Amino acid sequence: MTLVSEIDYGTPASRAEKPVTLTIDGRSVTVAEGTSIMRAAMEIGTEIPKLCATDTLDAFGACRLCLVEIEGRPGTPSSCTTPVAPGMVVHTQTERLKRLRRGVMELTISDHPLDCLTCAANGNCELQTQAGKVGLRDVRYGKGKDAPIETHLDLTKDESNPYFTFDSSKCIVCSRCVRACAEVQGTFALTISGRGFDSRVSPGMGESFLGSECVSCGACVQACPTATLSEKSLIEIGQPERSVVTTCAYCGVGCTFKAEMRGEEVVRMVPWKDGAANRGHSCVKGRFAWGWANHRERITRPMIRAKITDPWREVSWKEAIDHAASEFRRIQAKAGRRSIGGITSSRCTNEETFLVQKLIRAGFGNNNVDTCARVCHSPTGYGLKVAYGTSAGTQNFDSVEKTDVVIVIGANPTDGHPVFASRLKKRLRQGAKLIVIDPRRIDLVRSAHIEAAHHLALRPGTNVAVLTALAHVIVTEGLVDEAFVRERCDWEDFQHWAGFAADPRHAPEEVEKISGVPAAEIRGAARLYATGGAGAIYYGLGVTEHSQGTTAVMAIANLAMATGNIGREGVGVNPLRGQNNVQGSCDMGSFPHEFSGYRHVSDDATRSLFEELWGVTLDAEPGLRIPNMFDAALEGSFLGMYVQGEDILQSDPNTKHVAAALAAMECVVVQDLFLNETANYAHVFLPGATFLEKDGTFTNAERRIQRVRRVTTPKAGKADWEATQDLARALGLDWAYAHPSEIMDEIARSTPSFAGVSYERLERESLQWPVNAAHPDGSPIMHVDGFVRGKGKFMLTEYVATTEKVGPRFPLLLTTGRVLSQYNVGAQTRRTANVVWHAEDVLEIHPQDAEDRGVRDGDLVRVASRAGEMSLRATITDRVAPGVVYTTFHHPATQANVVTTENSDWATNCPEYKVTAVQVSPSNGPSDWQIDYDRQAREARRVDAAE
Amino acid sequence: MDADKLVSMANQIADFFRVQGAGAEAAVADHIAKNWDPRMRAAIRAHAAAGGEGLESVAKAAIERLAG
Repeated sequence: MTLVSEIDYGTPASRAEKPVTLTIDGRSVTVAEGTSIMRAAMEIGTEIPKLCATDTLDAFGACRLCLVEIEGRPGTPSSCTTPVAPGMVVHTQTERLKRLRRGVMELTISDHPLDCLTCAANGNCELQTQAGKVGLRDVRYGKGKDAPIETHLDLTKDESNPYFTFDSSKCIVCSRCVRACAEVQGTFALTISGRGFDSRVSPGMGESFLGSECVSCGACVQACPTATLSEKSLIEIGQPERSVVTTCAYCGVGCTFKAEMRGEEVVRMVPWKDGAANRGHSCVKGRFAWGWANHRERITRPMIRAKITDPWREVSWKEAIDHAASEFRRIQAKAGRRSIGGITSSRCTNEETFLVQKLIRAGFGNNNVDTCARVCHSPTGYGLKVAYGTSAGTQNFDSVEKTDVVIVIGANPTDGHPVFASRLKKRLRQGAKLIVIDPRRIDLVRSAHIEAAHHLALRPGTNVAVLTALAHVIVTEGLVDEAFVRERCDWEDFQHWAGFAADPRHAPEEVEKISGVPAAEIRGAARLYATGGAGAIYYGLGVTEHSQGTTAVMAIANLAMATGNIGREGVGVNPLRGQNNVQGSCDMGSFPHEFSGYRHVSDDATRSLFEELWGVTLDAEPGLRIPNMFDAALEGSFLGMYVQGEDILQSDPNTKHVAAALAAMECVVVQDLFLNETANYAHVFLPGATFLEKDGTFTNAERRIQRVRRVTTPKAGKADWEATQDLARALGLDWAYAHPSEIMDEIARSTPSFAGVSYERLERESLQWPVNAAHPDGSPIMHVDGFVRGKGKFMLTEYVATTEKVGPRFPLLLTTGRVLSQYNVGAQTRRTANVVWHAEDVLEIHPQDAEDRGVRDGDLVRVASRAGEMSLRATITDRVAPGVVYTTFHHPATQANVVTTENSDWATNCPEYKVTAVQVSPSNGPSDWQIDYDRQAREARRVDAAE
Repeated sequence: MDADKLVSMANQIADFFRVQGAGAEAAVADHIAKNWDPRMRAAIRAHAAAGGEGLESVAKAAIERLAG
């Protein structure tokens, strides 16, 4: 296996359709109108020398290396900035051009150190390559007498960023890094300061990279043609010798990376230009924060113990598996078939998830299977299935490039889905309008070159009221796309809904009293969305994690249908999925009421299909959801569970309740990379494998199924699917999968929306489900010719206030979220250098609320709710409104979910993380729970020395 | 199972379907039948049979429709 090489065409592809034919070096070539000469040349394999050009960035024309001659035109124009023209005759290599290029290169090299043999870029340096191509043999110039005493050659390296270095001495000021930061990432953290010899790349106002606004996405490092910006891992290890294309294991964007390797050591992760979700971009997590895969806290041997107060004892895989199987069977013999269950992982592959739910349904003999989507996007699955017939988003990510108006509600893409956010920001810079509906002033509201047309800073818990008010404006002001509704939707349902929406109680002026959003803002936003062209809605957990999460999803679906914003590019309803494979885990039958493909367990035909395929009788009754499992455990009817790749103790609400439930069980089997918080209550620990250690597939938020490829040997000896198979066999099932591709074949055989999926196809391309006879090449956009359910269904979305209300004891509303540098419960990112940006969870509090409580910035404060108390440091900011406080749940030491409650969505039991009534007061130390939990956790992690 | 919690859940479901128009009781019953594990259904039925304290009318009527 060798390095995956990507052709650099020098400039981006033209989107024009009109062909243009020209001649380059005597060869005829036809390209799209607007294509640069440089790109047209590369299309026929002619690589014109270049330094400042690369096809991920717009042409710049600065380095003067890519000059060409054009018959009939004077001079030597740069080929990167000159578009092709019909009949044009171009020469890329003439005596004049050779002389000019050598001169340019000689000047460039005269100001560049000649330490190539010890340079990190040695073997992969564009400057070196281009110098070779232009035939540079001599450099006649040295440091000029007029040059400053200190030039960039004398500057020390900026090594402040934990992942890459900036060595100004090697900089040729091509501006590729500055342009990448602006054009690709959209942060504008870099600039060129100074003039002439003083010209230097500068983060911010001459700050260090770490101290600047840089978000460490890596776009600048990737764009750099020299060793000026180099990964520290590359400097330490050396150039990679092979690369494998695989899929990121962080958020639901599903970026594709080249894992660049030396032997079994990862040198770096480089975003793959052909990645359909990321188009060659990355964020700090996927690009750099993969060190957790080799962290010293990885557990690589199975362990068991009789009681959770005992120390762990390392055992063989066989002993651990046999013990787990024997315990599960013992419990079932004592307490019944439905007394055990399990949780699939949205961080594991589709194949692994499919096997865990199969194990539970076929091996445990019940449907007590659930997944982390329970606590994030389960309302999306329910709401969109009712409205449209499919439990998934409607668009691909490319669709954002065609949108005119974007509503972002309850999502913070720059932190949670940063690569998509960069694509969104690019579209906004091109002129698309933005509406943000969020209690916080997220970065998208106002950042470099972006400003939301409307920010509806609603009170937490009032999404449904505001969304219905938007509908009210659309209906009462005649903004409905009636032709679309009549053709695509159930007209009677629509009329019923329109009458409901038009009721004066839903008018913005009334909703202002509930939500705090000025009526004029609601009206303006509704008009803009309905009349501004292609309108797209992107949403996140700020929509779903409420007692009316499902109702809010339906309200969003209503808006898109009423305005005709469904079924084509640029529009749609787009849930931004949290974890890498949360869409996939839902697709694979991880819910307790549905088989793969979202078919209910009571459906006789579906059950018969699986009974025949699996050779067992299956339960027709829905199983327990995760919160129901906890309640049943405390009641004594649920005594054992298999938890693969989830940390429910840290991630689920009301930690005390979860801890009590786990402690009440007789056999908890945790399969994970680390001794996570849930493992503190486990009896069996099965070591997990990272995404780098196994084959499989992930499905991202745009329903895109992509390959995950093994690049290193599993540290514990098994991929996760192999451990699940061993457990199944120990329970008496005759599974004999030799490779995940065989599992995917079974998924395809049994799941209509995956009928056309196979590893053979996925080796060549990613696929967006449904992939079947009706959609043989997959479905980038859904509901193009009609809704999957037939006619789109409007549901009435009456606002019902949450029972979680502020009052004298708990006068503030706490809402929770994520930051860019950390991911979910932080199990991975806390074990990387990303902690330099977020070493602990903090509480954002408005200056007025802080003043009222005598809280200063950085003070330790106590947050108390009716569920519990935690202490953490306060950050005073007007990013949150008065009356609202905000924190993250990335760190187990904080135990943020000690204060969240068990309130949940009416349809799905998705917890109401986004609304908790709290009081904040100064504190002088951790809460009693934090102290007790820390002690218990330390004791629970003891491992007996091996015999 | 904690009856108070189940009552609260059933009432929330009823809150949604009540406004949808005719057939709310059937819709609530169908939702519970399709999404609640048998022990949860048994517990809420037992609670309804014992007077159904806390259950609002649509929820209570729906639970009485649930098959055994």
